[in-house]
Amino acid sequence: MYATNYHRASSVQDAVRMRSAADESKYLAGGMTLIATMKQRLAAPSDLVDLRHIPSLRGISVDGTSVRIGAATTHYDVASSTELKAACPAICDLAHGIGDPHVRHMGTIGGSVANNDPAADYPAALLALDAVIVTNTREIKAGDFFTGLFETALQDAEMIVAVTFDAPAKAAYAKFRNPASRYAMTGVFVARRDNGDVRVSVTGAGADGVFRHPGMEAALSANWSPDSLAGVSVDPSDLMSDIHASAEYRANLVKVMAKRAVAAA
Amino acid sequence: MAKVKMTVNGRHVGAECEDRTLLVHFLRENLALTGTHVGCDTTQCGACVVHMDGRSVKSCTILAAQAAGSTILTIEGISNGGELHPVQAAFKANHGLQCGFCTPGMVMTAIDMIRRHGANLDEATVRAELDGNICRCTGYHNIVKSILAAAAEMGGVKQAAE
Repeated sequence: MYATNYHRASSVQDAVRMRSAADESKYLAGGMTLIATMKQRLAAPSDLVDLRHIPSLRGISVDGTSVRIGAATTHYDVASSTELKAACPAICDLAHGIGDPHVRHMGTIGGSVANNDPAADYPAALLALDAVIVTNTREIKAGDFFTGLFETALQDAEMIVAVTFDAPAKAAYAKFRNPASRYAMTGVFVARRDNGDVRVSVTGAGADGVFRHPGMEAALSANWSPDSLAGVSVDPSDLMSDIHASAEYRANLVKVMAKRAVAAA
Repeated sequence: MAKVKMTVNGRHVGAECEDRTLLVHFLRENLALTGTHVGCDTTQCGACVVHMDGRSVKSCTILAAQAAGSTILTIEGISNGGELHPVQAAFKANHGLQCGFCTPGMVMTAIDMIRRHGANLDEATVRAELDGNICRCTGYHNIVKSILAAAAEMGGVKQAAE
């Protein structure tokens, strides 16, 4: 790892000030991606601003169907929240499937969302849940937030403070895990509202990151059943090909995972 | 350079280290606690697992500076004098190791797992919970057996105490 300067912030204001004071600085949440990347010398921030000790960034609140998850809330805390399990069990299941137990004890929802790894799990959930990403300066709809591979709408020094969403009537996440990395080789999150609106979002497969699939959404809006997806086609030309899976294989996985998710919702 | 202070195995400790120093190197090189191992350098193998404020973490993926002010428990801190921790005893009784390199991480992971699941642990859960720990010798079978034996023993002790 290259040399870096560590700073510990005690408030959001404090963090933004520290981050703005250095050109090559980065926010450090759980560090489960950032520290690992720095160890490989693939990232070399001059300064790190630790967000783990800002109390207002942690915690989950549920009021009816209205959910707010603080950005520094760990995957373990999301997975094991009884309140959240009652309102939206799908997001607890998703958090329980990230990485391994030790990673879940450190990794945070805000860190995952800000990094926008094309194979991360949370972006699929936030897109399908029509979530809002709350930053220190504004609120951004998930549909406008995830802009490409490791790219988001966040400005320099802007930081995520929470994500909010309205819990749907039904939802589930199905993931085909890479057996070595635990990242999604394809993950599909489905959500259905009381008014019949359906959102289907896919992670781990898109060449440009997380995306919604309008064909599957239309089919499931008409008939909420795994069988209704049989006739829907998934175009492999927009999907990733790598050593783990070809685009054609991923196109098939998208359908299989979507069916599993609908069956589980 | 930073002066990093924390509580390790019940002892208040402090040492000077670079900001980029990983917790595992701080433990091994500054505190001479070499029971915590570095196995992979890529955050996958779990040989470096310790407990930070009561939860299992990978000490190779946390800066010592991040851990400043926290309470750390390492493999050196779990036995009661000459008496093995029940998880250590179960690994010994069930031959839960061969070369032993991954064992400190396995034991610390097992203690955390039993803390969360108690005596309700079953084989499928143990295997799923071992996702973050790699063993290249045993094929995991006796590790799983050891953890289940320890969970039964520790759960039993807890029930007897209640």
